[in-house]
Amino acid sequence: MTSHVEAAAAARTRGPRPTVRLLRHLLPYWRRLLPAALASAGSELAAAALLATAAWLITRAAEQPPLASVSVAIVAVRALALGRGALRYTDRLLGHDGALRAIAGFRTRVYEALVPLAPAGIPAFRDGDLLTRLVDDVDAAQDLLLRVLIPSAAAYAVATTTTAVAALMLPQAGLLLALLLTVAGLLLPALVLALSRRTGHAEKAARAELATYTVDLHRGAADLAAYGARGRAHERAHRVGAQIAALEHRKALTTSLASAVVLLLQSGATVGVSWLALHAHEAGALPAVHLTVLAVLALVSFEALAPLPAAARRLAEVRASARRLAELFDTPPPVADPPAPVPLPTDEPIGVDITDLRVRHRAGDPPALDGVNLRLPPGHRVVLIGASGSGKSTLIAALMRFVPYEAGSIRVGGRELRDCAAADVRRVITGVTQDAHVFHTTIRANLLLARPEATAADLREAARRARLLNWIETLPDRWDTLIGGDGATMSGGQRQRLFLTRALLADPPVLVLDEPTEGLDPDTAAAVLADILDATRGRTTLLITHDRAGLAAADEIVTLDRGRIVPVA
Amino acid sequence: MKPVERRLIRELPALRRHLMCSAVLALVGAGLIVAQASLLATVLANGFAGRPHPSTPLAALAAVMALRALLTWARGLLAQRAAADAKHALRGRITARLQHTSPLRLMAHRHGETATLLTRGLDALDPYVVGYLPTMAATAVVPLTVVAWLVWTDWTSALIIVVTLPLIPVFGALVGLHTARRTAHQWQLLSRLGGHFLDVVAGLPTLRAFGREQHQTRVVGEMAEAHRRATMRTLRVAFLSSFVLETVATLSVALVAVPVGLRLLGGELDLRTALTVLFLAPEAYLPLRAAGAAFHDSAEGIAVAERIFTVLDDKDTPAAPTTPTVPAVQTAQTAQTKQPARTGRVPAPDARTGQLRLDEVTVHYPGRAAPALRQVSLSVRPGEHVALVGPSGAGKSTLLALLLGFVAPESGRVTVGATDLADLDPDQWRAQVAWVPQRPHLFAQSVADNIRLGRPRASDAEVRQAARAASADLFIEELPKAYGTVLGERGTGLSAGQRQRIALARAFLKDAPVLLLDEPTAHLDPVHEAAVTRATVNLMHGRTSLVVAHRTSLLPHADRIITVRAGSLTLPRTPFTQELPVS
Repeated sequence: MTSHVEAAAAARTRGPRPTVRLLRHLLPYWRRLLPAALASAGSELAAAALLATAAWLITRAAEQPPLASVSVAIVAVRALALGRGALRYTDRLLGHDGALRAIAGFRTRVYEALVPLAPAGIPAFRDGDLLTRLVDDVDAAQDLLLRVLIPSAAAYAVATTTTAVAALMLPQAGLLLALLLTVAGLLLPALVLALSRRTGHAEKAARAELATYTVDLHRGAADLAAYGARGRAHERAHRVGAQIAALEHRKALTTSLASAVVLLLQSGATVGVSWLALHAHEAGALPAVHLTVLAVLALVSFEALAPLPAAARRLAEVRASARRLAELFDTPPPVADPPAPVPLPTDEPIGVDITDLRVRHRAGDPPALDGVNLRLPPGHRVVLIGASGSGKSTLIAALMRFVPYEAGSIRVGGRELRDCAAADVRRVITGVTQDAHVFHTTIRANLLLARPEATAADLREAARRARLLNWIETLPDRWDTLIGGDGATMSGGQRQRLFLTRALLADPPVLVLDEPTEGLDPDTAAAVLADILDATRGRTTLLITHDRAGLAAADEIVTLDRGRIVPVA
Repeated sequence: MKPVERRLIRELPALRRHLMCSAVLALVGAGLIVAQASLLATVLANGFAGRPHPSTPLAALAAVMALRALLTWARGLLAQRAAADAKHALRGRITARLQHTSPLRLMAHRHGETATLLTRGLDALDPYVVGYLPTMAATAVVPLTVVAWLVWTDWTSALIIVVTLPLIPVFGALVGLHTARRTAHQWQLLSRLGGHFLDVVAGLPTLRAFGREQHQTRVVGEMAEAHRRATMRTLRVAFLSSFVLETVATLSVALVAVPVGLRLLGGELDLRTALTVLFLAPEAYLPLRAAGAAFHDSAEGIAVAERIFTVLDDKDTPAAPTTPTVPAVQTAQTAQTKQPARTGRVPAPDARTGQLRLDEVTVHYPGRAAPALRQVSLSVRPGEHVALVGPSGAGKSTLLALLLGFVAPESGRVTVGATDLADLDPDQWRAQVAWVPQRPHLFAQSVADNIRLGRPRASDAEVRQAARAASADLFIEELPKAYGTVLGERGTGLSAGQRQRIALARAFLKDAPVLLLDEPTAHLDPVHEAAVTRATVNLMHGRTSLVVAHRTSLLPHADRIITVRAGSLTLPRTPFTQELPVS
């Protein structure tokens, strides 16, 4: 039942076949999908049978037999006419239901694959566009089912059935039909698939270039204007746009060719089958009634193949998505747990000792951190100042076991982090990370994820310390206000305070805060920093910031420069 | 047709041509359909009657069908070309619009819609142009031709078609009307549930940070399941319209075929006519069915067209508040009162001799309670170094934006020598100004081309010299391809200090008499700060300079220090009274 197009496509892919792998994830839902495919095939068959039966009815009637001999055909025509719509409706409902069920399961699988990769395992967590594309890739599975597999199944069902019926009436007509249908149904889609892949590359490159220039036109608008370079930049973007248009023109030549070729084959089949039938009829080998039925079968068998070129094009896109998903499933987690993890103490004040730490993002890259030595004594609040790109967020990622360290040691409460389970480490060391996220849900739910068992009083207290409480109390729905999503409901400052509230609520033995005052105006930032230092008194804290104001209460201040710690004199 | 569609067709010649071509091709196509049906019916009826079959009608049939194939190809080709041309034209209009939008506003929109619109968004027009428009043309032409032919050959069947044909749009509209009301409030829920997965994936680092990732595995499945149920509720109703459409169309074919068969039984009709009717009847309904199917796909295209026109019509209306990641520029970003008037074309006076003056200037961004600058007066002598200090959001960046012509005063005047800035061609004036912003943008080009921004024809030697002056030469030479290294978002990452020095090199190369610097040493660690300060001081030498300086390192080099507070200037103060860095 699975598409031949699919098989042809997979055969050309070297190594693991991404689309087949994607299909394997969807296979458990075949019980839901098979009826949809059957209904789809049934509806297409009904359409073909409607015309063929009507042709038989009319031709038989022309022989002027008694009414009784065509009454069955009359009933059949009416039944098929009604059944066609009903089957189509059923097919679409069942297909969507099955596909959505499959997607629901597949999403869980993708999510589970993503868990150990967040945030350092794949670049998508650093780039919103990539992340959106990843999520769209998951939805490509739906297209694979609804736009590729089910229509292909229906098309092949109609093609096989019509060929078989034609062969029963007149073997040579069946043979001709089979030949031409194979060309239209297998060869042509395979060709379209290959072509879509080739033309895709140049266009994709041009589109990527346009995206880059568009970013430059927006983010660099002021720089361009100040340096009189706006005209040139726009010209450049315009040139790429023209290039894309030219590529699309060229693509237009080939993409519409496929449907034209299907029509051409259809005319070949109709004329050829008619010619064969007429000859057989003249020779007395074919009853007159079958004459028209054969011609109609030739016509309608190709109509069912019409969606195949589009399905092949869609398959080419699905394959790109499937390949990215396969890569995702194949990506090893950056940090693996040891076979026998050592437990970490969670109650008493814990210190952290970092010695000669070296962290590299990718093998072959220069180290992001090298020779870092830092001591967070129990109950001390250490402030780390560093410019963006100095490696401060990498340090936090290493502490939270999001990235591995290749040399040196991080000891927490005397245990080496390497020997502990990463989940245990994050129970001890957590806080505000660089990529903190506001979920599209209520304020309460956004906070409770840090400590699900927290009481309303705990929430209030944490929000008060982060200076978020006043804002929450001005909201009409207070704690139940929906936030996140479009992000328009909160200012940057409120976002930071929300993250801070979350971190204070989590109340880990070692609190890490990565730029908790980013986006606040300097006066507020200084006040918030002072509040943080006050709230974390007696608690092991690592506070990272690029701002030096408001740090008077810190126990120690160091700077991080090019992957090394420099004490502030 | 919606007003947006009418406007789209009115303003894009490619679409007008496309619509006309489609109508003509549909007419030719309808003729060919009729010819094909009659020819096939003739061939089969002759065979049935046992008449010897000449090969001419069969050859003619082959020719007609081949022509239809050719026509299909031409239709697809022209439609896709029309789509490509239309998108290109719209892209051009959007970028042209960007070119005349205040730069600060564009930066406020940096993650905004227009960028997506330009790249991926426009593609949503494809189904509309390639699928929907030609079917609309066919809907107008094909049924009419088919029915006209049938009236001539067999008016009873034609009557059945004429009666049932309008049922499709009528039923479609009725069902649509009913479902629209039921589905409208479902979409919000659907989009929320549909967006949940992206939301959770985007928040995965946060979930892991708090050990909640396992808990969410179940939630992801549950939400997807909820999404399925909600979608199916909607679809059960939404697919009803296509069900009605299909059923009316196929039932009509049965309604035509059965009486034709009965009349044949009675000998009232000949087989040739009967077969022609059978072949033609479905063709009369086909365009309407296709239009129904294409309509759903075209909806997104129409929505995109609406967004495009919103962008094109946007006359510098206040921008939506954005996340203030760059607080200093935020006030200026939020909105633009108006672009400086482009009426006057007075030649720009020489800034090396003319005084820069602000005369009772007020800048008020729409949607803000207080003005960003309030009746500010300031004059700067040629060659003078002025430092601007004060809290963030006080109006320092707005002051620089005024001098760059990015913002126009609501009242008061900005003058250079004796000329009002509003009367100058902004590009001509900016040719005399070098600007180093707080966070300079590096373009997706080579380092050398980035430095050449203001002087595209500068030689390599000049670029190197500028880099050396900005103390950027050492780190540039350490880059993988030195001056040829491609920068930008996806390119080599540079530290904030390195970016700053490339921007300074730009300013050195431009060699303009007026220098506007916006906190060139903010966000830098001490080592970088010293290097950038040195380079900046070199650059200021012999130039009129206005420097926004939060920290002390640049203040000793200023002739005058002016404090900006809540949109007003206070009297010059002596240096070294700023808060000291932590030590």
